[in-house]
Amino acid sequence: MSRAQALKAKQTAAVARIDVANLPTGGAWLNGARKAAVSRLQQMGLPARRDEYWGFTRPDLLVAPAAQAAPVLPVEAVPPFDAIERLKIVFVDGVLDLEASDDLSAENLEISSLAEAGRRDIHWAQDLYGALEAAAHDPVARPLGALNTALATEGVLIRVTGKVSRPVSLCYLRREAESDAVLHHLIRLEAGAEMTLLENGPAAARLNKVTEVDLAAGASFHHVRTQGRDHGRQAVALLFARIAEKARFKSFTLTVNGALTRNEAVIDITGDDAVVTIAGAAAGDGSDGVFHQDDTIFLTHDGVNCQSRQVFKKVLRNGATGVFQGKILVRPGAQKTDGYQLAQALMLDDDSQFLAKPELEIHADDVACSHGATVGAIDEEALFYLVSRGVPRRIAKDMLVLAFLADALDEIEDQPIRDDLKSRLQGWVERHAR
Amino acid sequence: MLEIKDLHVKLEDEDKQILKGLSLTVPSGEVHAIMGPNGSGKSTMSYVLSGKGGYEVTGGSATLDGVDLLEMEAEERAATGLFLAFQYPVEIPGVGNMTFLRTAVNSQRKARGEDELSAAAFLKLVRARAKALKIDAEMLKRPVNVGFSGGEKKRNEILQMAMLEPKMCILDETDSGLDVDAMKLVAEGVNALRDGKRSFLVITHYQRLLDHIKPDVVHIMAAGRIIKTGGPDLALEVEHNGYADLLAEVV
Ligand SMILES: Nc1ncnc2c1ncn2[C@@H]1O[C@H](COP(=O)(O)OP(=O)(O)OP(=O)(O)O)[C@@H](O)[C@H]1O
Ligand SMILES: [Mg+2]
Repeated sequence: MSRAQALKAKQTAAVARIDVANLPTGGAWLNGARKAAVSRLQQMGLPARRDEYWGFTRPDLLVAPAAQAAPVLPVEAVPPFDAIERLKIVFVDGVLDLEASDDLSAENLEISSLAEAGRRDIHWAQDLYGALEAAAHDPVARPLGALNTALATEGVLIRVTGKVSRPVSLCYLRREAESDAVLHHLIRLEAGAEMTLLENGPAAARLNKVTEVDLAAGASFHHVRTQGRDHGRQAVALLFARIAEKARFKSFTLTVNGALTRNEAVIDITGDDAVVTIAGAAAGDGSDGVFHQDDTIFLTHDGVNCQSRQVFKKVLRNGATGVFQGKILVRPGAQKTDGYQLAQALMLDDDSQFLAKPELEIHADDVACSHGATVGAIDEEALFYLVSRGVPRRIAKDMLVLAFLADALDEIEDQPIRDDLKSRLQGWVERHAR
Repeated sequence: MLEIKDLHVKLEDEDKQILKGLSLTVPSGEVHAIMGPNGSGKSTMSYVLSGKGGYEVTGGSATLDGVDLLEMEAEERAATGLFLAFQYPVEIPGVGNMTFLRTAVNSQRKARGEDELSAAAFLKLVRARAKALKIDAEMLKRPVNVGFSGGEKKRNEILQMAMLEPKMCILDETDSGLDVDAMKLVAEGVNALRDGKRSFLVITHYQRLLDHIKPDVVHIMAAGRIIKTGGPDLALEVEHNGYADLLAEVV
């Protein structure tokens, strides 16, 4: 198939996908943004196997007309972040549940829902909705982002004007086995503003989530999310971020279980002296069902004296698949860039696989960038050392698995949150030990 | 009492015999030293006794107080009271020294059907033992052996030994990499654990250590077996004359 034919096929698929979708109407200003997204999508077409960054992960389930059912599992007795004082916003099967949520008014915070936003003039949201997504298709198209912008009717709009005392916590609950959710969140931090965003819960059988994060100068954004407890889940979460001078952006994701999880981030550092960290820990056991987890990162440095860190760790067993595609692009003039990238997989058997594509593209001369992806097994020397002190082999192995993941978890700044996730992960490791 | 009889060991993956009829007895309460040329199999012996994989026992036996060591899992050997201070202690990033020590102590207690130490009791004990070895609290918080100097690693081995209170301690070149003061410290640590019942097998290349830890018996190992056994004077003899004469005697 020629390039032109392949594009034609993708475009045809996009048109077909939009035809079967119920395109939302009645959203006033949102309608314009949706229409623009539809034409973007028609141009670039739906993702296909041969596209760049889709070679390791099949897009089929994510673009199919309907979601594949996934069993609804009972939520854990104590959900993540339970002990953390926070402002809770609850979604059920991808629909905002105001009744179940906390009062949305808080100091330095303006929160509204996408569902009602169309009817109101929210200027910052009008400027942001679909804007970062639209800007993220060059050089590589992110069609699932455009699809999301076209289809989304649910999500939260958060504007932060100062320091926020409590984290805002998005809790995604599930009731339906076949729920197919499209969520689109907008987050704008004004100059010097600070907030922590937490996310947890399964959301839906299939989820397409876009979060557009716009950080003004000196803003500080912390983001911690967990994806787990839903073995059949098929999810793509796209994070589009624009980072102005002196801003700080920190995002961490814990993924356990899930048939298909694609976490994609397109991060643009546009100002000087900014600091960005994006990290993730994934633990997958193929014996729970299919496990396929994909981190795809595209991080652009376009400011002077900025730092970026990517730290991804995956533990895989019983036929689980982990994917890492991470790119650092340093634009001309982005001098004094300090870019660090680390992706490591720990394979607990020979059946699992780690597919990695670390990339660096540098157009400035005064930069320090390192990147790499490695895969290894449990260190037998270390294991014997622990066991020779009387630690039972199984426990010693768990200790080494957790130690391996700790590098990624340590990127979480807030200690209670970090400890919460560590103990959850410990539970997972112990449950999945052989 | 440690009893090794006619032990034959080869590499699992290779047709290479390393221990060739090793026999050795260390009665309770005694300190025995082993000296021997590089590559004679001293570390291999200590690994095989403590249960490391990669070796195949092709003959002979090894028992601790009459219990067959070779049939046990490595963690069971530890709980039975065998301890090996490694020639090259392993660095384990991400595992905290304290967490590791506490897990080890309590795993052994559990295996022996004893009550586990509470966090507070453990902390008190470890602080006292660490202080005696001049290991500061900051070091205890770090990951196991990561960023430790050669001497710090060896002191950390002795701390683990002091915490685990084994019956039979094998020290594999614990003196290598230690400065004079650190060697005294380590020797004091070892001597403090001598109680008339606990036994020690000290592998070393140098008489120096044996000035501080006085051995009852000295063995010379070469080519996978003990070729000579004697009193403390044997170590002095090796120090002065090397192994050539001893090796010649055997041939
Ligand atoms: N895993 C292994 N693979 C290959 N050779 C091995 C292995 N383990 C031991 N050997 C070999 O067995 C012999 C004995 O080694 P060992 O480390 O036990 O000697 P040693 O007496 O402790 O020496 P040193 O005094 O240098 O510490 C050496 O020739 C060594 O190369
Ligand atoms: Mg040796």
